[in-house]
Amino acid sequence: MQIPAAFEYERATSIENALELLQQRGPEARLLAGGHSLLPMMKLRLAAPEHLIDIDPLAEELGYIREADGEVRIGAMTRHRELLESELLADRLAIFTDAERVIADPIVRNRGTIGGALCQADPAEDLSAVCAAVKASLVIRGLDGERVLTMTEFHRGPYETAVGEAEMLVEIRVPLVMNAGSAYEKVERRVGDWAVAAAGAALRLEGGTVAEAGLALTAVGGGVTCERAEASLANQMPVEAAFVAAADLAADDCSPTADQRGSAEYKRHLARELTLRALRSAAARALGEREY
Amino acid sequence: MQVALTINGEERSADVEPRTLLVHFIRDDLDVTGTHWGCDTSNCGACVVLMDGEPVKSCTVLAASAAGHEITTVEGLAHDGELDPVQQGFIEEHGLQCGFCTPGMMLTARALLDRNPNPTDEEIREAISGQICRCTGYLNIVKAVRWAADHTAAPIAGS
Amino acid sequence: MATVAQSEEKVVGFGRMKRKEDPRFVRGQGRYIDDLKLPGMLHGAILRSPLAHARIKSIDTSAALAHPRVRAVVTGQDLAGLGLAWMPTMSADTQAVLATDKVRFQGQEVAFVVAEDRYAARDALELIEVDYDELPVVVDARRALDADAPVIRDDQEGRTDNNIFDWEAGDKAATEAVFDAADVVVKRDMIYPRCHPAPLETCGAVAHMDPVMGQLTLYTTTQAPHAHRTVYALVAGLPEHKIRIIPGDIGGGFGNKVPVYPGYVCAIVGSILTGKPVKWQEDRSENLMSTGFARDYVMHGEIAATKDGKITGLRVDVIADHGAFNSTAQPTKYPAGFFHIFSGSYDLEAAHCHVKGVYSNKAPGGVAYRCSFRVTEAVYLVERMVDALALELNVDPAQLRLKNFIRPDQFPYECKTGWVYDSGDYENAMRLAMEIAGYEQLRAEQAEKRARGELMGIGISFFTETVGAGPRKDMDILGLAMNDGAELRVHPTGKAVLGISAMSQGQGHETTFAQIVAEELGIPPEDIEVVNGDTDRTPYGLGTYGSRSTPVSGGATALVARKVRERARLIAAGMLEASPEDLEWEKGRWFVKGDPEQGKTIQEIAMAAHGAGDLPEGVEGALEDLAVYNPPNLTFPFGAYICVVDVDQGTGKVKVRRFIAVDDCGVRINPMIVEGQIHGGLAEGVGIALMELIQFDEQGNCIGGSFMDYLIPTAMEVPAWELGETVTPSPHHPIGAKGVGESPTVGSPPAIVNAVIDALAPLGVSHIDMPCTPARVWDAMQGKATPPQ
Repeated sequence: MQIPAAFEYERATSIENALELLQQRGPEARLLAGGHSLLPMMKLRLAAPEHLIDIDPLAEELGYIREADGEVRIGAMTRHRELLESELLADRLAIFTDAERVIADPIVRNRGTIGGALCQADPAEDLSAVCAAVKASLVIRGLDGERVLTMTEFHRGPYETAVGEAEMLVEIRVPLVMNAGSAYEKVERRVGDWAVAAAGAALRLEGGTVAEAGLALTAVGGGVTCERAEASLANQMPVEAAFVAAADLAADDCSPTADQRGSAEYKRHLARELTLRALRSAAARALGEREY
Repeated sequence: MQVALTINGEERSADVEPRTLLVHFIRDDLDVTGTHWGCDTSNCGACVVLMDGEPVKSCTVLAASAAGHEITTVEGLAHDGELDPVQQGFIEEHGLQCGFCTPGMMLTARALLDRNPNPTDEEIREAISGQICRCTGYLNIVKAVRWAADHTAAPIAGS
Repeated sequence: MATVAQSEEKVVGFGRMKRKEDPRFVRGQGRYIDDLKLPGMLHGAILRSPLAHARIKSIDTSAALAHPRVRAVVTGQDLAGLGLAWMPTMSADTQAVLATDKVRFQGQEVAFVVAEDRYAARDALELIEVDYDELPVVVDARRALDADAPVIRDDQEGRTDNNIFDWEAGDKAATEAVFDAADVVVKRDMIYPRCHPAPLETCGAVAHMDPVMGQLTLYTTTQAPHAHRTVYALVAGLPEHKIRIIPGDIGGGFGNKVPVYPGYVCAIVGSILTGKPVKWQEDRSENLMSTGFARDYVMHGEIAATKDGKITGLRVDVIADHGAFNSTAQPTKYPAGFFHIFSGSYDLEAAHCHVKGVYSNKAPGGVAYRCSFRVTEAVYLVERMVDALALELNVDPAQLRLKNFIRPDQFPYECKTGWVYDSGDYENAMRLAMEIAGYEQLRAEQAEKRARGELMGIGISFFTETVGAGPRKDMDILGLAMNDGAELRVHPTGKAVLGISAMSQGQGHETTFAQIVAEELGIPPEDIEVVNGDTDRTPYGLGTYGSRSTPVSGGATALVARKVRERARLIAAGMLEASPEDLEWEKGRWFVKGDPEQGKTIQEIAMAAHGAGDLPEGVEGALEDLAVYNPPNLTFPFGAYICVVDVDQGTGKVKVRRFIAVDDCGVRINPMIVEGQIHGGLAEGVGIALMELIQFDEQGNCIGGSFMDYLIPTAMEVPAWELGETVTPSPHHPIGAKGVGESPTVGSPPAIVNAVIDALAPLGVSHIDMPCTPARVWDAMQGKATPPQ
C-alpha cells in the first residue's frame, strides 16, 4: 500500500493550542481531524504537509448536534455517522440524512467529520452543497476570536476555503424554520464512489408559495449555489412547472467536466434531473410538516 | 515517537515514525497479522479493525492517532479459546473462501450485532458495503451474520 | 460454544461439509505472503514508468543509493549483465524484468530498490531520476496494425509491426456458403473490455537465496508453483532441485497469480545481491496497472439463420489486445485459448473465427479473471449474437435457444470448430432456470411496466464452456504437459496425507480433495491432510486455473486413491487368507464375498501394511502411491442464467434485481463449496457487466489504476443469488465431475448485458458495450452508445 511522506506530528490539547501550533508551524502545517479526506491524499503523495496537528483530542468537545436559538449547531468534528443518525436532522433538515446515507461508506462515516469534508472542499464532496442549500453559516475561530461566514464566502473553489493559516472551522449553524423541507439526490457509479452529480434543495413555504429556496449542486462546477434557479422559485407555487424551470436554470448554469464518470452532457442532464427530484422531495416534506 | 495503545485487551507500544499507519503498526510493529490490507485508496476494507468498538479502516488512521484507544482485531474476537458466534457463523455458512477479507467482515459484523442484535439482510449488506469480497459474492456472508444473530444468547437483563 | 444442535450426518465422501481450512482463517491465522517475516529480511520496491512508450536516456540511482536505509538499487543494465533483464513468458515471448532500451507501457518496471523497511524503500523510489524521450503511443487495438503505428517490440529482430499472431478455427469456406444461403444474417460489433481479476491480496514474494547451500526458497503468491519452479530454473540457470517454491495461503487468484512477474525475479536478485531474504509485495495500483489483466477483445460477430429461427452459422473476427508483451498463459497450440468454443450450445452447420493478436502500449496479459482461456469472450460473443438474432426475428430469446440447443442424444458432440463436448442436457437446465425465475410472470410484469413507461429487462445466457486442460497430445504450456500428479500416503494408524499439485486460492481444496479420497477409501475427511503448494512436498502438476483442479488433479486424486485401494485389497487378501478376487469393497473396508463379517477396515490394512509379518507375494510394505492423470479430453460444464434488471430512465442507473443461475458441473463433490464458487463468480460478472474497466487515455495513461476507479461490486450492488442445479456427469472423468470455478464468470456478463438491452428495447436500443455504467446507459438511451475508451 502507498504511504505518506514523512512529517512531524503533534496532538492539540485544546482549540487554543491547535491554533497556536498552526501559527507556530506555519503554512506547511495541517489539522488532522477524521483523517479520511487528508490521509488518502497524503498516501498518494498528492499532499505532503510537513506538520500534522492532530485534533483527535478535541473530538468530544467539537462533536455535537444541538438545537439553540432557532438554529441547529453542529460541531466541526461531528462524524458523518452522527449526522446520519441524528433524529433532529432527520426531522427538520432531512437533506443531511439523505446526503449522509450516500456519503462514502458506513466505515468511513465512523471517522470522517463534517469539518474535514468542508475544509478539504473536494469538488465532488457532498456536504458543501448541503450546507449551501440550507444557507448554513460557518464559524471560524482564530487566535483573535471568531468570524461567521456564509457558504459563498467560505467555499472559494476546488480545495480552497476561506479558512486562514492559523484558523479552524469550529461550528456549522443552520437556521431552523417552519414549513420547510429539504432533500438531496445523488447519482454514484457504486456505493462509496464520489458523485457523478448531485443536487441539494431546500424550500421554505409561506402562504402556499416559496418564500425561500436553496439549491446547490455537487461535482458539476458552477457557483456555490444555483442563484438564478433559486431566484426563479421565489413566490412560485411549489409545483412541477416551477421545479422544471428551476432545474433548467441550474443545469444551464453549471459547468461539468467530462471524465471517467461521464460526459459533460450527461452530467448536465443529471444536474437537471436531480435538481428536479430534490425539489419534488423537498416540497413534499415542506407540505407534510406539522404546523406549530 | 512512542505509540502506546490497547490491542485485544493488552497494552502494547512501539517506537515508530509519526507517519506509520495503524495497519502497519499492528502488522509489522506488533506482529499481529490477522488484519490485512488490499488497496491504496481506503476502499477495500481488508484493514478494518474496531477502535473503541467501532469499525474503522486502519489504513486511514495514523498509529499516533490511535494512541490511547482500544483496538480490537480478529485475534480478539474469540474469548477464552471459544469462537465468537460471528466466527462460528462464518464457518457454518461458508462465509469465507480465501479468508483475506474475513477478519474485517467479522469485526464489522460483531460491531453491527452489538448495536442491532437482529438486523435485516438489507441492514447487514449496508453495514458491510464499505468492504470488498472477491470470492463469496456476499450472500453467504449475509447468511453467516444472520446465523450469528440467531445463535447469540440474549443479553442478561441489566447488563 | 456448544456444537450446533443440528442433525448433521458426518460426511465421508461427497456431500455438504464445513471446510477444514476455516479454523485458521476465522482466527486471523491465515499465512499470507505479507505476513511472513524472516530474520534479517529486507524490503523491495519497484520504480515504474510514468510513460506508456518512451526511450530511456539515463537512470541516476546515486541519490537512492545514498539513502541511509537503502541496501541496493538494481536497474535493467545491472540485470542485463547477469542475463536477467528479459525473461520468457508463458506464451514463449519475452518480457522485460527491468526496462533496458525503452518502456512500453505505463507502470512498466524500471528499477528495484532494496531497503531495510518498506517505508524507506518507498521513499527511495522518489530519489531515482530517469530521463525519458517520449515516443508515440498506441492504446487502441484497432490502430495497432495501422501502417503508421509505432513498432512496440523493436527489441525483436526483424520486427516491423505489432502483429503477434493470426489464428483461425473452423471451416471458412463452409461457413461462407452457409451465410450466403441464409435467410437472415445479423451482425454486431462488440467489445469485451479490459478488466482485471483484482484479487484482494496483491501479488508478492519473499525470496531467500542461501548462498552457502545454493538453495533458493521463494515464498510467493502463485497458482502454479511447480511451473514457476521450472521457469525460474530455465531463466536464472539455477538447478531446479535447488529451488523450492512455497506459496502462502493465497488471498484470491482468479488467474492473476499465474504469471511470473518481474517483481518476483527482482526479489530473487535482491536476495542474491544482499545475501538476505527480500520481500516484495506490490501495492494495489501496481497490481491494477502492471499485472495480468483480462479480456480486451474487439469482436465482429455475424450469425446466420433461417427465417424460422434455426441458427445455421456463426462467424467472428477478433482483434486481441495482448499489451506490450505476450504473456498470456494458455496451451501452446492455442494462442487464442479456447475461444473457438464460440460455437456455443447450438447445433450449427458451420462456424469460423479469425483472431489477430496485437501488441499495444498497455500492460501485458489477457488470459485471466476466471476466463477458462478465453471462454468468457467466446460465450459473450455467442450469447449476445443469439439475442441479437432474437431481436431481429422478434422472438422470445428463451424459445430461440430451446429451438437450437444440441440435443442430449447428440452427445458426445463434435462442434464445428473441433471440440468434442462430453455430455449435456441443455433443455433440462434451461427449463429449470425458467421455472425458478418464474419466466412467464416476469414477462407479464415487464409488459405491465412497459405500459407505464418503466424500464425492466430480462436477460438470458446459456453457456457451454470447456475446462480441465488437458490431454498431453494437444496441450502444453511452455512445453510442460498439463498432467497433474497426486500422491497419497496412508500412515500406520490409518490417517492419510494427500499431496496435490493444484493450488488453492480459496476454492477449499483442503476439504474437497479430502472428500475425494474419503469417497474412494472411506477414511473420514478429518483424517486426511491435503498438502498443496510447497514444491518439496507435492507432486508435479501445472496448478490451478482454467477450472482444472477438479477435472485434472481431482481425477488424479481419485485414481491414486483407487491404486491405494487395490493395494489394500491385496494386503487384505493376505490378512483374510482369501484370494483378492473373492473380496468385495464397501466404503472403508474389504470383505469376503458372501461372508461380510469377514472383513478388514482400511485402518487395519494400513497397520498391517507397515506391521510385522509377511505380506503377500509381490506386495511392498506401505500403503501409498502416486498417480499422474492425463485427461483424455476437456470437460464441458454448462448452465442457464437469467438476469432481471430495472433501469432508472432519468439517470441510467442499472439495478440487478434478481439473478437465477442453474449450473451443471457434473458430479458435485461438496455442494456448499460449488455454490460458493458460483456466488463469487456471479458477483464478478456483475462487476464486469456494470462497472469494472481498465481504461486508458490517448497518452496511454491508465485511468483504472486504483479502487477509486476500478470499481468492484459491494454487497449493495448484487442480489441474493438464486441457484439451481442439474447433474450430467462427464463420461470420461474418473468421478464424473467437470469443474465449476469459472462457469459463473463465463455465463453472467452476457445475461446482464442482454437484460440491460432488453430493458432499453422500447427506446430502440439494440446494443451496448460493457461496462453498463449510468453514463454509458444514458448515452445508449439517447442513441449514442459508444464502445468504452
